[in-house]
Amino acid sequence: MKRHLISAADLSRDDALLILDTADELARISDRSIKKLPTLRGRTVVNLFFEDSTRTRISFEAAAKRLSADVINFSAKGSSVSKGESLKDTALTLEAMGADAVVIRHGASGAPHRLAGWVRGSVVNAGDGTHEHPTQALLDAFTMRRRLGSLEGRRVTIVGDILHSRVARSNVLLLSTLGAEVTLVAPPTLLPVSVGSWPCEVSYDLDSMLPKSDVVMMLRVQRERMNAAFFPTEREYSRRYGLDRDRAAKLDDGVIVMHPGPMNRGMEIAAEVADSPRSTIVEQVANGVTTRMAVLYLLLGGADLGGEDQ
Amino acid sequence: MSIVIKGARILGGEPADILIEDGVVTAVGQDLTGDETVDARGLIALPGLVDLHTHLREPGREDAETVESGTRAAALGGYTAVHAMANTSPVADTAGVVEQVWRLGLAAGHCDVQPVGAVTEGLSGERLAELGAMADSAARVRVFSDDGKCVSDAVLMRRALEYVKAFDGVVAQHAQEPRLTAGAQMNEGAVSGRLGLTGWPAVAEEAIIARDCLLAAHVGSRLHVCHVSTAGSVEIIRWAKSKGWDVTAEVTPHHLLLTDDLVEDSPVGAYNPIYKVNPPLRTRADVEALREALADGTIDVVATDHAPHPVEDKETEWGAAAMGMIGLETALAVVQEAMVETGLLDWAGVAERMSYAPARIGRLAGHGHPIAAGSPANITLYDASVRAEVDPGSYASKSRNTPYEGRSLPGRVVATFLRGRPTVLDGKLA
Repeated sequence: MKRHLISAADLSRDDALLILDTADELARISDRSIKKLPTLRGRTVVNLFFEDSTRTRISFEAAAKRLSADVINFSAKGSSVSKGESLKDTALTLEAMGADAVVIRHGASGAPHRLAGWVRGSVVNAGDGTHEHPTQALLDAFTMRRRLGSLEGRRVTIVGDILHSRVARSNVLLLSTLGAEVTLVAPPTLLPVSVGSWPCEVSYDLDSMLPKSDVVMMLRVQRERMNAAFFPTEREYSRRYGLDRDRAAKLDDGVIVMHPGPMNRGMEIAAEVADSPRSTIVEQVANGVTTRMAVLYLLLGGADLGGEDQ
Repeated sequence: MSIVIKGARILGGEPADILIEDGVVTAVGQDLTGDETVDARGLIALPGLVDLHTHLREPGREDAETVESGTRAAALGGYTAVHAMANTSPVADTAGVVEQVWRLGLAAGHCDVQPVGAVTEGLSGERLAELGAMADSAARVRVFSDDGKCVSDAVLMRRALEYVKAFDGVVAQHAQEPRLTAGAQMNEGAVSGRLGLTGWPAVAEEAIIARDCLLAAHVGSRLHVCHVSTAGSVEIIRWAKSKGWDVTAEVTPHHLLLTDDLVEDSPVGAYNPIYKVNPPLRTRADVEALREALADGTIDVVATDHAPHPVEDKETEWGAAAMGMIGLETALAVVQEAMVETGLLDWAGVAERMSYAPARIGRLAGHGHPIAAGSPANITLYDASVRAEVDPGSYASKSRNTPYEGRSLPGRVVATFLRGRPTVLDGKLA
C-alpha cells in the first residue's frame, strides 16, 4: 500500500481486498465485550477537520481509539485557522507535534494532496471538497460484501448529485477496481461533462436501472442546488430521481439500498425505504469504524493482530 | 558615441555587423567599426521584444512586483517595452495613475513602460473610465483593458469599442463570461471532473469572443483579444479575420506549452497551484490549435500575461490560491521550444509576433522596427544554442511563481539594447 490514502485510485485490487479482509477480522474483534486493541499504542493520529462533520470525525476517533492510538482532534472552528493561519502552517504545527497520521476533512478539493507534501506522517483523506472520500467507498464496499458476498460483477447504481459528490467519485474508482459494474443515475445537470471518460455507465432514467441493480446507492442532494438551476424544484427532483415507496416495492428481494448520510428523508429517499430491512444505512455507520480501523492499522503498520481473538 | 554589434545573425540570417549611433541603427553590413564593440558571433539578433500584457503590480502590490523589478525581468527576457496592465490598487483608471506608472517606468529605465488604462471605473464593469483623459495624458494610453475581469455587459463593451475610435485606441478584452465561470478553478474537462474542481468551460471564452468580434465589426472599431486559450476561440478569430474585421489576438507562452493534466500529475505534485492561471491551462488539442494559429497568423502576438504572486498566495490549497504565472524571463525560451524547434516559426516569425505586431497593436511608434538603418536601436541578442534547467531563484522578478521549475528550457538572452543603450549585457543587467 502507498503511504497515504488520498484517492480510491491509490488502491490496487490487492490493497483494497487487504483492507476489507482486515476490516472483517477487526469486526470479529469488535463483537467482543472488550473492543480495544493495543496495536497502535504510542502512535498519534490527528483528526484535522476544516469542515463540520461530526459523523466522520467520531468514526475516525473511535477507530483510532479502539487501536489504542493517541487521538488529537483539531477543529478549524475557533482555532488559529479561523484567525487566518494557512493550511501549510497548520501542517507544520502538526509535524512539529509528531503526528503519525493526519486524517483531514477539508472543503477544498486537493487539500490532502497539498498536506501530504508538508508532513511526514500518513495522510488519510476524510473528504476533500467535491473530490474524494475514499474511506466512505471502502466502508460501502465492506457493507456490500457483507450483504452480497464478492463484488465481482455486482451491479451498483449510484443516484444523485454526482457532480458535487466526493462519495460518488471514490465509489466509482473503488468499485471498478473490485470488479463491480457501476451505473450513475442523475439529471444531466448533476453529472460532470466528462463523465463519459469514467469507468462506469451513465443513465438519466432511474426506473430503467432499478430492475438491473443489486445495489441502489442514494446520494444526498442539497436543496440549494435548485437555486443554481441544476433542477427546477425539489418535487420534480424527488419525482424523477427519488427512491420512493413505489419504486422500492419493485426492487428484487435481495437488492440493498444504501445512503452515505446525512439523508434528506422525503427528498432523495422515502422514510419507509430508509428504515426498511433492505436499507443498510445504520450498518454503514457501524462498518465505518471497522473499515477506518483497518485503514489506520495498515497505513501505520500496527503490531500483529493475530491470535488475540482465537 | 557609437556601438558596433559584431557578427550577429539578424533574424537568424547570415552574420552581419550592426552599427548604432545616438540610439539609432545607422548601418548594417560587414566590417563596421565603432567606439565600442559587442561580440555577437553565433547570436541571433531580434528587434527588441514588446509585451502587450504584463502585470507590474505597482501601485498596490509591491510585495509581488514593482515597476523596477518587473522591468528588470523584462529587460533580462529581451523586452524593450511592456504594457502594464491596469488591475493595480488603485486601478489605473485615471490619468493620474497611468502617468504615475509611466513615470516609474521612465525612472527605472530598464525598458519602456506603456500603461494600459482600465475600460471601466475600478474594473467594476459598470461605468466607463475617463478613457480620453488617459489617452491625452503624458502616458498616451492607447490600449484599454479590464484584464482580470471581462467587460461582460454587451452595451458597455459596445460603447467602449466605439469611444476609443476617437483616439485610435483598442479595447483588449479578457474574454470570460462571468456567469459560466462562477467559482471556476481549472479547464472544464476530464481532469476537472476527476479532480472535483469547478470547471472553466471553453465556451465561456468563446461566447464572449464571438460577441465582441460581432460588436467590433458593427461599430467599425479595433478589438484585441487577450490570452486566447481554446481551439474554438481560434476558429472564431479566424472567421472574424476572414471577414476583414479589425480583430487581433494574443496567446501566452504557457498556453503554447502546458496542459491541464499537469494539475493532476506533475513533477511538483497534484493540485499544485503553480499551474493555476486564468484562463486555465487547456488540453493538448487546444495547445496544438494555438500553435497552428500563431504560425498561420490567426493569432498575431505572443504576450506573457506575466502575473507575479508572493509565495504565500501559491503555497495553499488549490481553491485558495491566486491565479497567474510569471513569464517575462522565460517567454522567448518557451516560444523557441514550442514554435521554433517544432518548425512552426522561423526567427522572422518570432520577430513579427513578439515585436512588430505587439508594437503595431499598441501604437508604440518607437518599437517594433526591423533591424535596419534608420530604426531605433532596440535590439535583443539571443543564444538559441544553449539549454538549461529552470532556476526560479535566478529570476529578477520579485516573485517565484514559474510553472517551468523542474524543466529545462532552451536559449538565453545575452544582451538587450534600448535605443542603443545596453540594458542587459552578458545575460546580466547592464
